[in-house]
Amino acid sequence: MTSIPGATPVVRKTPKAGFDAVFRNASFGAALLVLVLLAGIMASMVIGGWPAFREFGLGFITSSVWDTQNEQYGAWPAIVGTLSTALIALVIGVPLSLGIAVYLTQLAPAWFKKPVATAIELLAAVPSIIYGMWGLFVFVPLFAAYVQIPLSNIVEGMPIVGTVLYSRSPSGLGIFTAGIILAFMIVPFIASITRDMLEQIPSVLRESAYGIGATTWEVVRHVLVPQAGVSIIGAIMLGLGRALGETMAVTFVVGNANRLSASILDPGSTIASRIANEFNEALGLQLNALIALGCILFFVTFVVLVIARLLVARVKRY
Amino acid sequence: MTMTTSPRELPHQPWGRVRQSRRTADRLMKIVATGFTFIAIFVLFWILGMLVVKGIGGLSVATFTAVTPGPGSEGGGIANAIVGSFVLTFLGIAIATPIGVLAGTWLAEYGRGSQLANLIRFINDILLSAPSILIGLFVYVILVEPFRGYSGWAGGVALGIIAIPVIVRTTEDMLNLVPGHLREAGAALGAPPSVVITGVTWRAAKAGMVTGILLALARIAGETAPLLFTALNNNFWFSPTLVGGVSNLPVTIYQFASAPYENWQQLAWAGSLIITVSILVLSIVARRIVAGSK
Repeated sequence: MTSIPGATPVVRKTPKAGFDAVFRNASFGAALLVLVLLAGIMASMVIGGWPAFREFGLGFITSSVWDTQNEQYGAWPAIVGTLSTALIALVIGVPLSLGIAVYLTQLAPAWFKKPVATAIELLAAVPSIIYGMWGLFVFVPLFAAYVQIPLSNIVEGMPIVGTVLYSRSPSGLGIFTAGIILAFMIVPFIASITRDMLEQIPSVLRESAYGIGATTWEVVRHVLVPQAGVSIIGAIMLGLGRALGETMAVTFVVGNANRLSASILDPGSTIASRIANEFNEALGLQLNALIALGCILFFVTFVVLVIARLLVARVKRY
Repeated sequence: MTMTTSPRELPHQPWGRVRQSRRTADRLMKIVATGFTFIAIFVLFWILGMLVVKGIGGLSVATFTAVTPGPGSEGGGIANAIVGSFVLTFLGIAIATPIGVLAGTWLAEYGRGSQLANLIRFINDILLSAPSILIGLFVYVILVEPFRGYSGWAGGVALGIIAIPVIVRTTEDMLNLVPGHLREAGAALGAPPSVVITGVTWRAAKAGMVTGILLALARIAGETAPLLFTALNNNFWFSPTLVGGVSNLPVTIYQFASAPYENWQQLAWAGSLIITVSILVLSIVARRIVAGSK
């Protein structure tokens, strides 16, 4: 860059002998820090939550009481809320994501692919709290008026359905609403990984299927899905990992009830929403109980994410 | 997909009925897949549209110059929250960039192929999707509780921890795209590895590495949950030492949106519009850089 051809050779400043080792060690240290971070999170959750685990034992997980007056804490409603919102998110979000991935790889006209893919990815860039605002002020009133109230009128008194889908106070807030909002938040992740997987499948496989007269649907069903199947499950689990730990959007719309309700249309809470809600007013054992909730969340998402990452190890993106 | 000229539709075809059902399934799948895509796009535009409709009314000069109003009081703005968010976000990026770039460099240049590198890459991917609320709790336990107080420093560290895996991942990916013969050429001139990496490899991958940093910036700019336990929030300008609560946009939006004061809700919408537009612009710019460098 600085030397001029033909001029006296510029003797480049040789780096001090030590710099090479310093640079190498610094980068190695930074890489190790990634391991230290995960270990640190794990350790801090276990240590911070320990007083609660010691106090309540296994009862911390199985008990449904959350009583700050008498210092009794049980995680069960929050665990159930976390799992059910995430499950609802998957039930709605997975078909949407797979449809989008198929559309983007097989159906969309070439000029249209890029803008659509960008729009889907921007859906992932919208901050969680904005989903919460939109959910609370826009989606929740509509959902209450046009879904919850009519549905409650229909199912009232029916066996099972009348319990699961009946809402005592149709405010629009609840487990199901949170699941719907979560579904739209995880769609971009599942869709873009699935799209990448489908694009990696050698086109000769697709062409030979079309060659023997398969329809697009048959190519998807019998060639693409079996080929990418394992990684698609990985992508779905990655979405599950996100849905389990999502905080702000859920806190806005889940209703934040501490009690367990049999109806998915009633307010509930998730581990993350309860921590977000109570943390700043919590003292003593309640604080430990909330960190213990975080500890449970950590281990559940950790297991889900490890499985997910192993399954999608083939894809080189996030 | 008109089928009128297709020989399959000739009446003597013995498989006509079967083919009809195959075609129906195919057509149904195409309609469903297209419909699902448009539902997702519709939701994006619905959210953006609502932000513009509800947020634009809250934008005024005061929004950018006045501090957040107290409960029930009129007027005010979110200037302190905007500035606080800038400070926290850039503190996070300033912490994450050297660590992320160096760690990504080690994975791509020194550790490539080793067992330890594979493990670190795997753990980094886990951290990439770990719930951000847990990062907030972690920083609370290591920085807020021991030092007895919320601080901007803790908020910056929490955001930095969220940004690190994004930067590690993109840095490594981008360095892996740099052709090996560039490194060999550098090494052949007698340059030690550190010089080859900083002078040749980094330079070749610069655009992609900048993209990673921008994506990390977009990722942490809207993070709320980790700030709840670290920087918290308040209605004032932050103190220069960053000790004590630091006002920031996401937590202000969270607190103002769910409060019963119309003035606060209006400001929450304005803040949401500002933050979302900034993040979307950042993401689009980052994508452009990647598209341009490939």
